[in-house]
Amino acid sequence: MRELWHYRELLFRLVWRDVVVRYKQTSIGVLWAILQPFLTMVVFTLVFGKFADFPSKGVPYPIFTYSALLPWTYFASSVAQSSSSIVGNRALVTKVYFPRVLAPLAGVTVPIVDFMLAFTVLVGMMIWFGIFPTAAIVFAPLFLLMALVSALGVGLFLSAVNVRYRDVPYAIPFLMQMWLFLSGVVFAITSLPERWQWILALNPMTAVINGFQWGVIGTPAPDLGKTLVSVGAACSFFIVGLWYFRRSEPRFADTI
Amino acid sequence: MAKAIVVEELGKRYRIGQLQSAYGTLRDALAEGAARIVRRERKPTYEEIWALRDVSFEVTEGEVLGVLGRNGAGKSTLLKILTRITNPTTGTATIRGRVGSLLEVGTGFHPELTGRENIFLNGSILGMKRKEILRKFDEIVEFAGVEKFIDTPVKRYSSGMSVRLAFAVAAHLEPEILLVDEVLAVGDAEFQRRCLGRMEDISMTGRTVLFVSHNMQTLTALCNRAIWLDQGAIVRDGKSSEVVAQYLQAGFGTGSQREWPDVETAPGNQYVRMRFVRVVQDGRVVDAVDVRRPVGIEIGFRVFDGAPPLFPKIKLWDAQSNVAFNAMDTSRRWDDPPPPGDYVCTAWIPGNLLNEGLMTVLTQICSIDVTKLWPHASGGNVAFHVQDPGEGDSARGRYAGQWKGVVRPLLDWTTEWS
Repeated sequence: MRELWHYRELLFRLVWRDVVVRYKQTSIGVLWAILQPFLTMVVFTLVFGKFADFPSKGVPYPIFTYSALLPWTYFASSVAQSSSSIVGNRALVTKVYFPRVLAPLAGVTVPIVDFMLAFTVLVGMMIWFGIFPTAAIVFAPLFLLMALVSALGVGLFLSAVNVRYRDVPYAIPFLMQMWLFLSGVVFAITSLPERWQWILALNPMTAVINGFQWGVIGTPAPDLGKTLVSVGAACSFFIVGLWYFRRSEPRFADTI
Repeated sequence: MAKAIVVEELGKRYRIGQLQSAYGTLRDALAEGAARIVRRERKPTYEEIWALRDVSFEVTEGEVLGVLGRNGAGKSTLLKILTRITNPTTGTATIRGRVGSLLEVGTGFHPELTGRENIFLNGSILGMKRKEILRKFDEIVEFAGVEKFIDTPVKRYSSGMSVRLAFAVAAHLEPEILLVDEVLAVGDAEFQRRCLGRMEDISMTGRTVLFVSHNMQTLTALCNRAIWLDQGAIVRDGKSSEVVAQYLQAGFGTGSQREWPDVETAPGNQYVRMRFVRVVQDGRVVDAVDVRRPVGIEIGFRVFDGAPPLFPKIKLWDAQSNVAFNAMDTSRRWDDPPPPGDYVCTAWIPGNLLNEGLMTVLTQICSIDVTKLWPHASGGNVAFHVQDPGEGDSARGRYAGQWKGVVRPLLDWTTEWS
């Protein structure tokens, strides 16, 4: 831990490098961060909201799905970025020493910028639909932190696996697609039978999305028991990921 | 005196093949795993090699230690362990103080970022604090000589410029212990002199330095003590001048020069014996040569009475063992038996002929039997690095990427346009 603190400037630089490069390379960089969740929202609204008429907790479907897409997009890009972070920083890993954990950590930090940008659109939409946050908004950052911890756990694990097996990045989009449908992005998890809700609580993203929506768009408060199950799941993801990462770490420079 | 580095029984084992690629695909691993279960096989066994074995030494604070050995002797592995990039298989390495390394300059340079941004990024990667970088920023830029381009993305730099910038950042680190790999002798002669000067400054200020080099002169000049590694073990540990002398005498490794002070035991036969072989450029023995200028392979030998007609010959190949060429002196003077005495023949390889990289030269004194060459004396291998300072006037022009081929001639091009 002390070592991590010592290297905090490097973490900052790595994050800063990725952010600068990202917005430099694509002229529509900023727009991209907004367009991606926004267009997904439009498609979801048309397909699932209008056509399939999925339950949306009593709020307009666009708001429902967009407010779920925000933490979800953050989570998905965090997992993708941190999973490829060790192999992606091969030049660094084989040539200088730094706490390797910094690479996946930077991977889950960079997408926060995109999240912030996309969040402004949500604010606009809320004004448009006349929806205002409740006092529970103070909890929203906590749920985002939970998304970060889960993404970091998955990212730590996959980045270590990726050093050994280079096809991991190809499997991630598929994994994320499956995960998306189990997280309550396209339909409200709360309208499922109770039994299923408990099982889905093992997926931390269900609690993240429920909690985030509760705070920001004022949907009913999430069930405490299920949230605690999700918190536990998020922590276990993190602990298992970190454990596997630390165990594989000594071999990174030799294998990569 | 306090110990800055204590290395005890250090060993590092690699699986054969691991040095190249130890990774595969998950798909294959799963398929193989399943196949093994079906066939009830055991895990395949791997051959192993020890890159380092039972290496122990200590470095006192303020000491400048040289490390020498031929390629593959374990020098880089040792540095990698000391910088904590990789872990030892056995033994321990204890280091007291902040370590800075110049193993590979330009690590983490990002082509899209400007020179200024890269200085900060690279500085942090090497372990500098922001304040420290700010304080030394002007010095770094001046040392690299890139003032005008500091806000230009590095992808537009010539390769010489980016290497200079990278070295400048690294050279301004102020660690308590500095680990240096010689490959950073980059750029033109003038820049190399500046780098060596910087190295000397650092060692003068009482910092501990571990310096890996093929350049025996530099090593003797900078270090008071040296260790010689071969096949992962320490062969000698002592005063640098003595270790260097023994190393050269053993004709070990492929440095850019070899000498046989004692003509009796030098390679050869009753007609001719080797005295020395050197790689020279601009009148100096060098390890790294500028691709643009001619390189001389100097062969010194002694001819005795009754020798048959002889002539010197060289064979040159690249790091992948591709033979670039064979060449011999075809002048008429060698048609007759040479009078006894000491000879120095120099084969001049023109500038802008070889590609960049490590070149190895075999030198021989031969005689001909129509379709057979009889080597009488062999000077073994000498090696040198061909480098491109990246100033845009070599065969690669302003291109800074990978360039294949054993040779890289600067051709004459004609263009017709209508």
